[in-house]
Amino acid sequence: MTSDDDAVRLTDVSVRRGERTVWAHLSVTIEPGEFVAVVGPNGAGKSTLLELLLGLLEPSSGQVEVLGGRAADARSDVSWLPQRRSFDASLRLRGVDIVRLGLDGARWGTPVPFVGRQRRRDAQARVAEAIESVGATSYADRPVGAVSGGEQQRLLIAQALVRRPRLLLLDEPLESLDLPSQRAVSSLIAGVCRRGITVVMVAHDVNPILGYLDRLVYVAAGRALAGRPLDVVTSENLTHLYGTAVDVFHTSDGRLIVAGVPEAASFHGHP
Amino acid sequence: MTLALSGHASFAVVHHLAAPWRYPFMRHALVAGTAVAVMSALVGWFVVVRQEAYAAHSLAMVAFPGATVAASLGIAPVLGYFGFAVAGAGVIAAVGSGPTSRTHQGHSAAVATVQVTALALGLLIASLSQGFLANTTSFLFGSFLGISATEAALLVVVAAAVVVALAALGRPLLFASVEPSAAGGAGVPVGAVRLAFLVLVAVAVAATSQFTGVLLVFSLLVTPPAIAQALTCRPAVSMATGVAVSMALVWAGLGAAFYTDRPAGFWIASLGFAAYVVVRAGSALRAVTIRRRRGRPCPSP
Repeated sequence: MTSDDDAVRLTDVSVRRGERTVWAHLSVTIEPGEFVAVVGPNGAGKSTLLELLLGLLEPSSGQVEVLGGRAADARSDVSWLPQRRSFDASLRLRGVDIVRLGLDGARWGTPVPFVGRQRRRDAQARVAEAIESVGATSYADRPVGAVSGGEQQRLLIAQALVRRPRLLLLDEPLESLDLPSQRAVSSLIAGVCRRGITVVMVAHDVNPILGYLDRLVYVAAGRALAGRPLDVVTSENLTHLYGTAVDVFHTSDGRLIVAGVPEAASFHGHP
Repeated sequence: MTLALSGHASFAVVHHLAAPWRYPFMRHALVAGTAVAVMSALVGWFVVVRQEAYAAHSLAMVAFPGATVAASLGIAPVLGYFGFAVAGAGVIAAVGSGPTSRTHQGHSAAVATVQVTALALGLLIASLSQGFLANTTSFLFGSFLGISATEAALLVVVAAAVVVALAALGRPLLFASVEPSAAGGAGVPVGAVRLAFLVLVAVAVAATSQFTGVLLVFSLLVTPPAIAQALTCRPAVSMATGVAVSMALVWAGLGAAFYTDRPAGFWIASLGFAAYVVVRAGSALRAVTIRRRRGRPCPSP
């Protein structure tokens, strides 16, 4: 397989911020349609990896290839869902308006009423399609501040999908969701991958998504480790990476469960 | 203001309603007020969405010493309003990083400090210039009925320019307002958009201040869009509703001032407040009934 067919290819990449090395020597190849999680402790540089893939940051050494070219050149095919808190309850915009921003929110100007009907109809159809694909149709017309956290997250995923990206970067989309919503959103993202879109997702708890993952990137204490879940997720690897005892259990139905990761249950923010 | 009463009742009504138009100062106030109403409702719509009422308020405060400086130098106060407010927009953009930022609180403390100093500076200048203090009230609470034809024309031109510039910012401004990081990721220059918006707010505030005074700016900048957004969450509909509410308030306020001889600022602000209370009560009531029958999601008025 040539590198043109890979969604993402990192070759011995290291990242520095000022004098500090965030992490070093990461090599990973991600194929189209894969579901990849970036996992690690607070401040280890998980979001940094997304910035690298967005072309917002240059590596201090190594090579970054996104969709067969430079990260900055791939921007039109990449959607990014930054880490965020929920929408303010007082925000008086509908879910459909939020999704629409993903389509042409960066374009200057304002659509003028009664001009360009066909174009508006096309845009509306695309927005409706994206909303339908995440199962948010029933509440897309409600004020976005009034729907639940899980529903807001689905709408935001629809916003990221409405541009029809080839690569979707998600920063902690499961944060502050209750368990049923975490499961539902995880399975939704796995469904996105089945449509051929590559997903790289930062997560603070790997368990809800472990069953869906094709690949994992662990970053901790300046080190990085990538591979297939069964190869990477071992007690030995994680204990070494986190510097504290981490247990990995194999359930009778073949699932992995990670226990003892220091910050797995904690709430945290990013720089 | 006294009015001559005519014989026939029907004629009297027409006569009464047409009376304001016979006075040039009322015509100027209506024209300027309408332009200001449209502009401030549209700019204010984004102020409400961005929850930046505090920044807008501060810009109005900063405009006050501008007006007093200009007046004491013998320049038109309007130039002082615009100059100081726009400079204030630059300062606010420099100290803060916008809505939903983590530094928002430290930012508002810094803005508060600058704002109150500006107000105090205005007071100092007003007290230094002999015989000028009489004008201070009109700078603070407006001189709705003291607008010349030139000033009215200037306000119309400024309002048109602000609306055009706002339309050009349009979508990226909305995107940056509700999701600054995602907007930045999609290529919106979030910082530059914020600065441009604050400059538009400054110009809108300075222009509205000509009319409402710096203290009553919110009666046109915040109350009408807040009413509109309580009524509907469809952006286009709520912007149009805000403009309609704002124009209705200005006309009703000016009319009431004409007939009652009480300040227009009082009427505009309190009619707006009454409408706001009614609308909020209405939507609270509607929320209860909708929950009861799981009804329509987001009604438009």
